[in-house]
Amino acid sequence: MELLITRHMKLQKRRVWLNGAVEYLSEAGSVDQLFRDMYRHYDIDYPKFFKMDNLCKLAFLSTEILLRGTILLGKYPGEEVAIILENASSSLEYDQKHVESIRDRNKYFPSPSLFVYTIPNIMVAEIAIRHKVKGEHAVFILEQFDPGLIYHYVSELFRNQQVSCCLAGWVESYGDHYQSFLFVIEEEDKIRAFKGLQEYVIFDTVNTEKLFKGKSI
Amino acid sequence: MMDVFVGASSTITSLGFSTAEHVKQIKAGRIGISIYPGGDLYPTPVPLSLVDTQQLLDLFREYLRKTKPDLQLDLFTRSEMLHILSISDVLKNSGVNIKDPRTLIILSTLKGNMDLLKKDRLPAIEPDRVYLWKWGEFLGSFFNSSNKPLVVSIACASGALAILVGSRLIKAGRYDHVIATGGDILTEFAVSGFQSFQSLSPQPCKPFDAARDGLSLGEGCGAIVLSRNHSLCGIPEKIAVAGGSCTNDANHISGPLRTGEMFYVAIRRALREASLGPSDIDYISAHGTGTDQYDETEAKALSWAGLKSVPVNSFKGYFGHTLGAAGIIESALAIASMRNNELFRSAGFENPGTSDHINILTDHIAREVNHCLKTASGFGGCNVAVVFKKI
Amino acid sequence: MIEDLILKLRKEIIDQLQLEGISPEEVDPEAPLFGEGGLGLDSIDVLEIVVLLDKNYGIKIRASKEGPKIFYSVKSIAEYILDQQKK
Repeated sequence: MELLITRHMKLQKRRVWLNGAVEYLSEAGSVDQLFRDMYRHYDIDYPKFFKMDNLCKLAFLSTEILLRGTILLGKYPGEEVAIILENASSSLEYDQKHVESIRDRNKYFPSPSLFVYTIPNIMVAEIAIRHKVKGEHAVFILEQFDPGLIYHYVSELFRNQQVSCCLAGWVESYGDHYQSFLFVIEEEDKIRAFKGLQEYVIFDTVNTEKLFKGKSI
Repeated sequence: MMDVFVGASSTITSLGFSTAEHVKQIKAGRIGISIYPGGDLYPTPVPLSLVDTQQLLDLFREYLRKTKPDLQLDLFTRSEMLHILSISDVLKNSGVNIKDPRTLIILSTLKGNMDLLKKDRLPAIEPDRVYLWKWGEFLGSFFNSSNKPLVVSIACASGALAILVGSRLIKAGRYDHVIATGGDILTEFAVSGFQSFQSLSPQPCKPFDAARDGLSLGEGCGAIVLSRNHSLCGIPEKIAVAGGSCTNDANHISGPLRTGEMFYVAIRRALREASLGPSDIDYISAHGTGTDQYDETEAKALSWAGLKSVPVNSFKGYFGHTLGAAGIIESALAIASMRNNELFRSAGFENPGTSDHINILTDHIAREVNHCLKTASGFGGCNVAVVFKKI
Repeated sequence: MIEDLILKLRKEIIDQLQLEGISPEEVDPEAPLFGEGGLGLDSIDVLEIVVLLDKNYGIKIRASKEGPKIFYSVKSIAEYILDQQKK
């Protein structure tokens, strides 16, 4: 049973690529402004977006871009869709904010809506809530994106029939630095056979890494 | 079909520095949660469960003296000391070679070295070790591991997921052995954060009890050997990770889905993978934090899964909620229960306090345990279920 | 007196809860804050209002026990604050 990467996106340095082609370019001066602009550009209506930390905003926007205009998730029951993400800095930005909120014992007001964002898996929760994705999930913290880990872990989930579709990738945000690479993995026999199977990429470590680096397959 | 066996384990909390010590203390009815009077960890009194610092330093100092006499104590953070002791303990008690490229360390944690963010930072330690991957790398290189450790972080369900990740990567043929480790130190970061959620009880926690009013935070660290090769595991019994599942409520970022539906789905799937029905389960080691909503939801899910008459306990009444360590050390104790065919009273429980009544253990009992279910849940809608099976 | 407090509270709640795109004038002081039809606030929002009351008014509340009644609407919060300040 062949696994295929059927869609992929990347966001870094104010550019968005979808399936390898640039589809958005921003002049925004700051990360906050960029995410705000993208929210408007993609015509998103989701007020809770503005309560998220930047890591969750990045994960949320990336998933919107990835799935926009598709009926992808309509094909699969939510509990069969997995979200497997890798990240480097965890929630460090909000960790520092939380530490700041408790620095002065005379002004001691830790905030629950800040504290909840001091764990990296909330980005999975925000995607799950938005798209009703209820299946397997994991957040792996690594210095750099490791395509081999995703390949081995996700392949095993499919082999063991625990998932029938997977959203996977790298979501990293800390200070001015942000980078996301998200892709969809599906089984070959679940995709309509005639519609450009050749557009899809076989899911393996080498191809995943090539897509991440923007190299041709 | 390959089996992934569990093996030697280590457990460190307020109750002691080994799994065997924990079993002894739990049998004696000792509770490791006590009222912290107020200080660095929080301005006002709050029940907490802390690892004994003096004992930790003495043990670690002795360990360094024997293994790396050139190194000083002040090169290590509290978290690193706990993890090094845990990992070295299981290595000593099993045949797994940490330098083997087929061996992986998995680290389950919420906050790693979070105490490095405070102003009064430890001078001999690189501030970069606040990054979880860097902390992991440091631990791996201490043991000259062939592979960089893999950090798994999905809130309080991390430890249970680490066992599944380890098992799955072994079944995928990527590794042969995994040291599944879990640990979190107690910090003002965590105490203040949970207080902002008003989820800490003013008394030692009472999981599933009618008078429960919150959780008690605890500090802990532990490790379990996983291997496809039983002869390297370090225990005579053949106990396998027979099934497991992780689901997401997709409902709210901090509160559980009250129907318990996705928690139930995780349990059902874990049982199915293990080729077991609810009547095959002899014992459940529950998540059981002592909070109103999470305990209620878990009881619902267990009931829905047909498990309401299976003996169940929560270990959190003994040493609190140890966050990233919970899934690992509670599994270690569940496996000890399987090995010794004995089950322990659920500390803090007196009267049923959930709408769905489950069979909470009120005494220590002897019982043959062939199949055990471990459950865990956490912020972000995570639910994890793991089935351990005697082969 | 209560009118001034309500005006102040509306703005504080919007700021504390990071409610985007809502102006203070749009918040009906007597409308339910939680559940359908109101501002649709949730359990974390309740806890944030608890922090707001502590930070800005020095009042401490256990959300689960006293919360539902006090936090019904902006007006009920204002009434509670004034009541506490008399003590």
